[in-house]
Amino acid sequence: MKSWMKSAALGSLCLLPAFAMAAGALEGDVQKQATNWTAIIMFLLFVSGTLYITYWAARRTQSASDFYTGGGGITGFQNGLAIAGDYMSAASFLGISAMVFEKGYDGLIYSMGFLVGWPIILFLVAERLRNLGKFTFADVASYRLQQTPVRTFAATGTLVVVALYLIAQMVGAGKLIQLLFGLNYSTAVILVGVLMVLYVMFGGMLATTWVQIIKAVILLSGASFMAFMVMASVGFSPEVLFQKATEVHAKGLAIMSPGKADPIDSISLGLALMFGTAGLPHILMRFFTVSDAKEARKSVFYATGFIGYFYILTFIIGFGAIVLVLNQPAFMETIVKDGKEVTQLLGGNNMAAIHLSHAVGGDLFYGFISAVAFATILAVVAGLTLSGASAVSHDLYASVIKKGKANEKDEMRVSKLTTLALGVIAIVLGLVFEKQNIAFMVGLAFSIAASANFPVLFLSMFWKGLTTRGAVIGGAIGLISAVVMIVLGPAVWVDVMGHAKGSAPFPYKNPALFSMSLAFFFTWLFSVLDTSKSAEEEKAKFDAQFVRSMTGIGASGASKH
Amino acid sequence: MNEDILKRVQANPKFAELVQKRSSLGWLLSIVMLAIYYGFILVLAFSPATLGASLSGGVTTVGIPGGIFIIVSAFVLTGIYVRKANTEFDQLNQQIVEEAKK
Repeated sequence: MKSWMKSAALGSLCLLPAFAMAAGALEGDVQKQATNWTAIIMFLLFVSGTLYITYWAARRTQSASDFYTGGGGITGFQNGLAIAGDYMSAASFLGISAMVFEKGYDGLIYSMGFLVGWPIILFLVAERLRNLGKFTFADVASYRLQQTPVRTFAATGTLVVVALYLIAQMVGAGKLIQLLFGLNYSTAVILVGVLMVLYVMFGGMLATTWVQIIKAVILLSGASFMAFMVMASVGFSPEVLFQKATEVHAKGLAIMSPGKADPIDSISLGLALMFGTAGLPHILMRFFTVSDAKEARKSVFYATGFIGYFYILTFIIGFGAIVLVLNQPAFMETIVKDGKEVTQLLGGNNMAAIHLSHAVGGDLFYGFISAVAFATILAVVAGLTLSGASAVSHDLYASVIKKGKANEKDEMRVSKLTTLALGVIAIVLGLVFEKQNIAFMVGLAFSIAASANFPVLFLSMFWKGLTTRGAVIGGAIGLISAVVMIVLGPAVWVDVMGHAKGSAPFPYKNPALFSMSLAFFFTWLFSVLDTSKSAEEEKAKFDAQFVRSMTGIGASGASKH
Repeated sequence: MNEDILKRVQANPKFAELVQKRSSLGWLLSIVMLAIYYGFILVLAFSPATLGASLSGGVTTVGIPGGIFIIVSAFVLTGIYVRKANTEFDQLNQQIVEEAKK
């Protein structure tokens, strides 16, 4: 039984599409490990610290603006750290370092895709977003369009993306915690769900942001220490590091070069990562937590710096793991797979960074990094939950159902109830999906963000001709086509449904190139064909929107405390 | 925003200047970033051996500094934009906002 589980773990790790490795949750069945008390104590310290912050934040979270945006008084530097924190999930820390550990150079290529979207966000959307929006990206998309259909669409896009991302994080959390802390899967999932509800429900955006900032700082410090120790072990010479790595790695010199990749798939993946980032609701929401466009700009600058630095660290950490962990008897296990004995990293490749922490820093540092990995998941799910709750309370309840006439108390109550509901849903989904192959989910979330949310958001700010009909139909086509192409593509058709390899009706793993083009095309087409009177009025409102997006005149400011 | 302010902003030549300057810098830098990244992706797709070539006889390949360059360029490009926007554009914007209120 044990060996069967282990071989399943290795099998699913090998089959993992590279994309999921980079973006997704931690995959495969894992072995519950012995209870790790150092890690648990460090984690409890983190939890008590963040709960204290939640208590502090709760006393300052009075109005809807406090809840959604932390009062709008976060500085650019703080927000940059928080954005970087949203991005540096456990999956990207452990997943990308595992990918470098396994494939070498390819890991660097994937992390690049995640980074290059940020400059584009800054150059084209960040300021306009801040000047036009208040709480959610739907504020911007529906600025001059009809509230009910556009907000309903945007809230749907938000909830779908949030749900997919949440499932991936919850399942990843359960597995990771089994590995690191020796707790049960279900205990871990429930713990994550309860804590995230506490943060969001009581502390709103202020607590969510500070949890994210603290986590970002400890994650960056921990990763910096590991990278420093790795470099110290090779006399600070990258050449020596690479030399040693190629000597011990089974793939030899091949880890220094890119592996095989389909050009169309690579370009499509690049688009999904780049523009998906500009369509992720929990990231977009962060632009409303700063006081003005200037701070919004600065936050992207700092975020880009921290994220880029972090990816360079994970690259060093991956290579460090090859040199210091691979083939060390203490970190390896031999399992039986398909009747053959296979030697692999204890707990699978996703543990590369964790084992490296043990190798360079001993038990204490190992406990610290384990706790950081758990804290990372908590911080990311809290951000997701807040974004989902805002879509329901601000977009659906206050704007669609109450037509903008909801009183603030009721809106707050709805957002808190939604948070609670999302917590329950996340726990249930986490338990339901335990044994499922969820490798495609984060890929799907990015593709939907790039194909549904981003085109509508972008065109609403840049193209006068956009009408309600065009936005809703085009966005829906983007959303549906992304889902259909993923399901008919190799990631679901072959890997999840178990059809024969190469039989997928849609040949590419990453649909963004096609689904995004469809979304842009149909949004344009239905806008141009829309000759209704309301379409004329919507176009006429563009000039005022443009002036506000450029100058910030009339933009919602920071609330006074 | 009321009609008067809107009209005054639109009539202000500084507004046209701001829009022109900001948009052209934004698009220019976007194109530079996209060209760097997709240039890399194209090399990766059609001539991976280029990236796998040894940098200076050792095991380090051309792709390593190439990858680091892309990460650093993303940071540098955002830095250029923020610097320009926080000084020149914000000043211009400030003047437009003040003149609109008069």
